[in-house]
Amino acid sequence: MSNKSVVVLDYGFGNVRSAERALAHAGAQVEITRDYDKAMAADGLLVPGVGAFAACMEGLRAARGDWIVGRRLSGGRPVMGICVGMQILFGRGIEHGIEAEGLDEWPGAVEPLRAPVVPHMGWNTVKAPGDSQLFAGLDEGERYYFVHSYAVRTWELEVTNPHVPAPKVTWSTHGEPFVAAVENGPLWATQFHPEKSGDAGARLLRNWLDTL
Amino acid sequence: MTLAVRVIPCLDVDNGRVVKGVNFQNLRDAGDPVEMAKIYGEEGADELTFLDITASSGDRETTYDVVRRTAEQVFIPLTVGGGVRTPEDVDKLLRAGADKVGVNTAAIARPELIREIAERFGSQVLVLSVDARRCTPTPDGASVTPSGYEVTTHGGRRGTGIDAVEWAHRAAELGAGEILLNSMDADGTKDGYDTAMIEAVRKHVTVPVIASGGAGKLTDFAPAVAAGADAVLAASVFHFGDLRIGQVKDALRDAGHPVR
Repeated sequence: MSNKSVVVLDYGFGNVRSAERALAHAGAQVEITRDYDKAMAADGLLVPGVGAFAACMEGLRAARGDWIVGRRLSGGRPVMGICVGMQILFGRGIEHGIEAEGLDEWPGAVEPLRAPVVPHMGWNTVKAPGDSQLFAGLDEGERYYFVHSYAVRTWELEVTNPHVPAPKVTWSTHGEPFVAAVENGPLWATQFHPEKSGDAGARLLRNWLDTL
Repeated sequence: MTLAVRVIPCLDVDNGRVVKGVNFQNLRDAGDPVEMAKIYGEEGADELTFLDITASSGDRETTYDVVRRTAEQVFIPLTVGGGVRTPEDVDKLLRAGADKVGVNTAAIARPELIREIAERFGSQVLVLSVDARRCTPTPDGASVTPSGYEVTTHGGRRGTGIDAVEWAHRAAELGAGEILLNSMDADGTKDGYDTAMIEAVRKHVTVPVIASGGAGKLTDFAPAVAAGADAVLAASVFHFGDLRIGQVKDALRDAGHPVR
């Protein structure tokens, strides 16, 4: 049991209860709130997200979540985004032809997934870098639960400074390759739902908690 | 990297209790949906579906409690259907811990409900349940609907004259994220899924299709997937212990379909 404290950011667009239960199950002390002091003080901040990109961004800004995430990151405090909570970390989202600005922590666009059957719904495998901490101890054939119609198809951030560790990007494929997870300094994210991914998801959440 | 075929057990829940008989060992309370859900989760179920058949809407609190307790203990997706009539019903189920909500009759009466739910909560929460049957041809040999399949209500007893394939297509356009296609002809027969109907719907929708109705033996599942189903749902064969989730997955794997 990690005994780490995690705040699940409550901005009206996440499956906060599922995230709370899964994190508690993984051993964390969890609170669902949008309180600035609490969100800043927690060992980790988890940003869930369900629904439309633009609506999530609107909700996030209304709850001053954009500010909380930014402040935590500038202090090197861990943040993890899940599903749309990952998508909004990118530069922009394009849904139904409408473009919305994201938090732009990472350059790139969230675009419609081109596959015969969409949403991409169900359990898929991923290809994680060998030195991934998030997927440590998890077999390559392990499956995670995805539910999404939009995805990041191109990873654009290039780190050229040799003193800055390169981001670890994990990929999956549904019709075409897309970003399934990112580990970049204090900012981690998954397109899939670890809180709904059974034992594999629990292990993954513990891996995150262990880094806090 | 290929998406796995999902194997989904469905539990009929009445007033917080599992309706159909169960035949599991090591089950403290065979009538408790939470206990059943845990066992199915441990056996490798990819999702769970609760069909709430509680007659009185006043007893809905029991359902929410069951959903809450299940979501606390089972970390795989949970769909809850039955009696969902308004976006508020959806909101309550999601807050209780459901990941997806099944909508059936209320959407037939008022298709706009699909759009309302999808706009507020996202398409991914909305499973449109279609109870369909083959139409009885009219005396001149013509079928009642263009596809030959018709949407029914009241557990298949009442025809609506609505074309099942067109309805599935329209529902997806309105925002349903998934179609649960239940064959009322095959339901309860254990003679296998209605693969022709699955094929007909698959051709006209691009959202995932869950095959339901007719599963009886291990060899029934692969043909449903070959016909275009993204997931296979069954109830009694699992509850009575005739088939185990793992066996169904082995059978699918042997037939060349990816499983978790």
